[in-house]
Amino acid sequence: MFRELYYTFVEFLRTFGALQLFFLRLLSHSPYIIVRRFGLVVHQVHNAGALSLVIIMVCGLFVGGVLGLQGYSNLSKFNAEDAVGAVAALGLIKELGPVITALLFSGRAGTALASEIGLMKATDQLSAMEMMAISPMQRVLVPRFLGGVISMPLLAAVFTVVGLFGAHLVGVTLLGVDAGAFWAQMQNAVEPGDVYEGIIKSTVFGVVASLLAVWEGYNAIPTAEGVGRATTRTVVITAISILILDFMITAISI
Amino acid sequence: MNDATDNLIEIRDLDYTRGRRQIFRGLNITIKRGQITAIMGPSGTGKTTLLSLITRQLRPDRGSIVVDGIDVSALNQKELYRFRRRFGMLFQNGALLTDLSVFENVAFPLREHTKLPNRLIRHIVLTKLHAVGLRGAADMMPSELSGGMARRIALARAMVMDPDILIYDEPFVGLDPISMGVIVRLVRQMNDALGISSILVSHDVQEIAAVADCSYLIADGKVAASGSPDELSNTSSEVVKQFMHGMADGPVAFHYAAPNYAEQLLGRDVE
Repeated sequence: MFRELYYTFVEFLRTFGALQLFFLRLLSHSPYIIVRRFGLVVHQVHNAGALSLVIIMVCGLFVGGVLGLQGYSNLSKFNAEDAVGAVAALGLIKELGPVITALLFSGRAGTALASEIGLMKATDQLSAMEMMAISPMQRVLVPRFLGGVISMPLLAAVFTVVGLFGAHLVGVTLLGVDAGAFWAQMQNAVEPGDVYEGIIKSTVFGVVASLLAVWEGYNAIPTAEGVGRATTRTVVITAISILILDFMITAISI
Repeated sequence: MNDATDNLIEIRDLDYTRGRRQIFRGLNITIKRGQITAIMGPSGTGKTTLLSLITRQLRPDRGSIVVDGIDVSALNQKELYRFRRRFGMLFQNGALLTDLSVFENVAFPLREHTKLPNRLIRHIVLTKLHAVGLRGAADMMPSELSGGMARRIALARAMVMDPDILIYDEPFVGLDPISMGVIVRLVRQMNDALGISSILVSHDVQEIAAVADCSYLIADGKVAASGSPDELSNTSSEVVKQFMHGMADGPVAFHYAAPNYAEQLLGRDVE
């Protein structure tokens, strides 16, 4: 039993080390791709970012709406319903925007990346590139990774803005909070530091979600079952990593 | 190119083990320049592995692989990529890039490796597509192609950089007789018209007999027989005979290693 635990631990360390090396390799190829082949990255920003916009906006609207409802019903007990704007804004900018966007991003774009790369591997497309003396790292992995890293903070920003609109819709338009108070309270409560925290979180989550998706796809066992498992693992591991990292970043920034 | 020698690829004393299974034990193969060399063998003998070793997608445990005077295992990453440009490889299922059209698939190596103007790329790609008879399919996506068509497109892509060596990994698997005939003819034509050398991995004895200049039969990690297809057909070796004539049982046993049948049925092997 201890022996098994020991081997699991060693295996975990080994995988974690390999993941870090893989990350460094991605980073080392990134400048070349950014400078010389930015078109590939733009294409992936479209795939990972633009195509995720609808789901992000719909979810943002409803999350904002819920914040408006919950904020109103709880704050009105203290006659503080005017603060619903501040509550929604802080919640969205610092926590819900980055976290939920990252979870949705991993579900929508991360799985697409992992299964695409896994299938490319299973159908020998990556080997074919290798044989054409074209590095799959540069041509396939790095652009997808960078596409995700660029998309994530932008999507989180869109999520937050639409969320605020949702909170406004519910709080002001439906429940009758004064619009001036809604925005004024928000303006007073939100500091630049809160926005930076949100930006840092969404950037870190973008790196983690894209890295894990690309990693899982690239290391998928090249069979139908293997690609399926890689896709599932992408979502599960990304979700866990993001929630742990969220806690850590919050703890540091407070 | 080193014209002094006729031998393009020399494999000497090659050992390779995957997991616990030893795939090659002292394998020796010589591939001659300008010929079509077939590597045959029952499924699971490591034919595709051998191709991966030649192109250094894998490294051998022992032994040397020399391609045109270059020791393959001594190459660094940059030299390896330069070395691989001399190869064109046709994968078993074509391995076309599914997000690109047929035209872009064939243009892919040109766009990645050269700075040729678009008009010239178009010209080259259409020439290659015409050579495999699929100029009309240029705008199709790989998902719209039949298996035979996909393989012909992949052949056009393998040729587009004008390689010295064309490698075919099981080019005949799963094709109807017409597509098979087309591929067989293309393999021969490409080799002779372009003056290249071809390596063909397959277990389709008939097709190989029609196209190969020289064949190697691999069994048990070694070369079991070599020579022209005719020589192999008339051999006295039991393994070769079994393979060439497709006999179900022989040195390559029909039954996979298993416990005694009667005892297993009676459940005695469980005790």
